[in-house]
Amino acid sequence: MARVVVDVMLKPEILDPQGQAVQRALPRLGFEGIADVRQGKRFELDVEGPVDDAALARIHEMAETFLANTVIEDFVVKVES
Amino acid sequence: MTARIGVVTFPGTLDDRDALRAVRLAGAEPVSLWHRDKDLKQVDAVVLPGGFSYGDYLRAGAISRFSPVMGTVIEQAKAGMPVLGICNGFQVLTESHLLPGAMLRNNHLHFICRDQKLRVENAETAWTADYTDGQEIHIPLKNIDGRYVADERTLDELEAEGRVVFRYRDFNPNGSLRDIAGITNAAGNVVGLMPHPEHAVEPLVGTGRTDGLGFFTSILKKLVNV
Repeated sequence: MARVVVDVMLKPEILDPQGQAVQRALPRLGFEGIADVRQGKRFELDVEGPVDDAALARIHEMAETFLANTVIEDFVVKVES
Repeated sequence: MTARIGVVTFPGTLDDRDALRAVRLAGAEPVSLWHRDKDLKQVDAVVLPGGFSYGDYLRAGAISRFSPVMGTVIEQAKAGMPVLGICNGFQVLTESHLLPGAMLRNNHLHFICRDQKLRVENAETAWTADYTDGQEIHIPLKNIDGRYVADERTLDELEAEGRVVFRYRDFNPNGSLRDIAGITNAAGNVVGLMPHPEHAVEPLVGTGRTDGLGFFTSILKKLVNV
């Protein structure tokens, strides 16, 4: 079964307090030198049947209408071999 | 015959009973609607109440937006039916694109629960006619995803068209852009806000004030006069 990954990230101009909270915690834990952290979501889709252009188009539509809110988020669809 | 006002229950909705009660106290007939109902049972208006529909597992309000009942609500709202979204209901309305922008995690990352002062910026919507422009009201606020965001162009458009209906006063509880607590669509029939008017309709509970009752009397008057 083929795997397709959809990565969803807040758009760069949208404040990400979760990422900031993680970034602020890093020096306290001894991890220095990280200037910024942004937190996103990763969806792993195990696709039945072939991942052809039609299947990818459907996944793209799914990401655009449901998995991501394109008012605030960007997304990337990748096929994992 | 009085107006019939529907209140939708999704799995995870918490405030449907309070909303039904507020509708009844205002003098309208409350009608329970279930998320699987496509049929709105001939209601004249719909309230999408607060809570955590479908656990907010994807994004607040995102999964409910695709429930059967919302298919009909979206269609009817576009045709002019009044719809009020409170808290999670507001999130469902932005996810449905009935209202512009989006709701995000509070800037301080905490769940917040407090009596909130609001300024009524637009007393001409279907749900705010019993208030006056500039009136200050206190109603409860409780949420973790209450930060309203939209791009600058959308925000400017909302301001220019008088579609910011409520603004937080004294304290912005969640980092909402331009202190926005509630907005309306261009037609004024769809209104969404984060604080909870349905929790401030009886002096015994909530803030001890009844500042929220005006939402439900406004819509009742509008529907009866129609």
